[in-house]
Amino acid sequence: MRIKVLAVLLLAVCATVALAAPMSVQVRNGKLRATPSQLGKVVASVDYGAVVQAGLPQNGWYQVTLANGQTGWLHESALSKKPIAMRAGTGDAATGASSDEVALAGKGFNEQVEAKMRKDGKLDYTWVDRMSKFEVPADQIALFRAQGKLVGGAL
Amino acid sequence: MNERRILSIVLALSLLMPVLFCGCEGVGEAGAEIGRATGVLTDQEAESVKRSAQAVEKSWQDLTPEQEYYIGRAVAAQVFQSYPPLDRPEANAYLNLLGQSLVAFSDRPETFGGYHFLLLDSDEINAFAAPGGLILVTRGMVRCCQNEDELAAVLAHEICHVEKKHGLSAIKQGRLTSAFTIIASESAKQMGGEELAQLTQEFEGSVGDVVMTLTTSGYSRKQERSADAAAVEVLRRAGYPEGAMITMLQRMDERLGSAGGLGFAKTHPSAQSRIEALGATISTGGASSDAVRQQRFAAAMQPVLAGK
Repeated sequence: MRIKVLAVLLLAVCATVALAAPMSVQVRNGKLRATPSQLGKVVASVDYGAVVQAGLPQNGWYQVTLANGQTGWLHESALSKKPIAMRAGTGDAATGASSDEVALAGKGFNEQVEAKMRKDGKLDYTWVDRMSKFEVPADQIALFRAQGKLVGGAL
Repeated sequence: MNERRILSIVLALSLLMPVLFCGCEGVGEAGAEIGRATGVLTDQEAESVKRSAQAVEKSWQDLTPEQEYYIGRAVAAQVFQSYPPLDRPEANAYLNLLGQSLVAFSDRPETFGGYHFLLLDSDEINAFAAPGGLILVTRGMVRCCQNEDELAAVLAHEICHVEKKHGLSAIKQGRLTSAFTIIASESAKQMGGEELAQLTQEFEGSVGDVVMTLTTSGYSRKQERSADAAAVEVLRRAGYPEGAMITMLQRMDERLGSAGGLGFAKTHPSAQSRIEALGATISTGGASSDAVRQQRFAAAMQPVLAGK
């Protein structure tokens, strides 16, 4: 009897673990959506390196719970199973993880290297910075689609 | 004492050799553990061997989205040295609207810094996808497109190169091994001046590899075909006629014929072979652009094309 109870408990624990695993946001501005679709409403934006609890993937989407308890859907391209090293004072810096991967992830070809390239006068980033600021609001995209009779236009 | 040190270095190197030469996963790590267990290596030395082995085993697929982002920025900056940007806010705004409406339907809608699109002030027929999502299209390429649907086909093709990380795959393995080794050895502390200089050198080399592929040598035929096939899928999901890909390629072929093998012709398989490869997967029927799409495409692009 006792063994049976233990077995059930163990299964329950395993199921919980399988249902929600920690994943890291690997894009600078992760878009949490209300539904598992790129056309779904964006309900929150999630910072790079933030750790979320993710369920099982469904057609490229994970249902996630943020640290503040908010739930929604993140596309798999925005998530990584590997923990991400954060610079001190940002996001969920060093959330209990201390593996080599954490230390390595934030290193390498990063802003430090770009700063050196700029300092050495190797490249002119003026237009890279300008084009990186081209943003298109979601409602404009929806209108563009609707007027052009494309998929995902606002009704 | 000195002898012991030499012995441990030799042993460390010998443990690393199989990994260097056959890329057998985990051999270096296992070796380091044996070294540690038998007392030949100190804990610190064993860790160092392990880290080097892990670095050697890494490839372009191990670059994080953040690293991809910084490589892509430098690639775009370098492309601008030969192809100056076209400073036409309205045309660029339209290009970004069109691009963003497609990105949502790709298999990789989110990258570290997101997708951004820009026109280039060049009559050469060309388009470039810098890793991470900075997509550049020449005026000459826009001229090949008769309507929004065909320009959508061009952008979808470039988006799919980003999705599949084709740019990163051009980076020579040797550079990545050096870079990952520097990163690994410096993981515990702040990067010093010398390491940063070395890493920047590998970074420059990597950026050079990507730019060389984008502008001169081209992706492999297989990569081009996979980008074409994925682009057709993006067009279909977005609601554009798949046939726009075919008509765009045909028009490009006509124009390239008179351009004497410059730009796109130099770096891409012939339009005819690309059309043939797509043939089986594409639904028939040419592009028939919607009136609104046609009108907004003309309003945004005609001033740019007429300008020069």
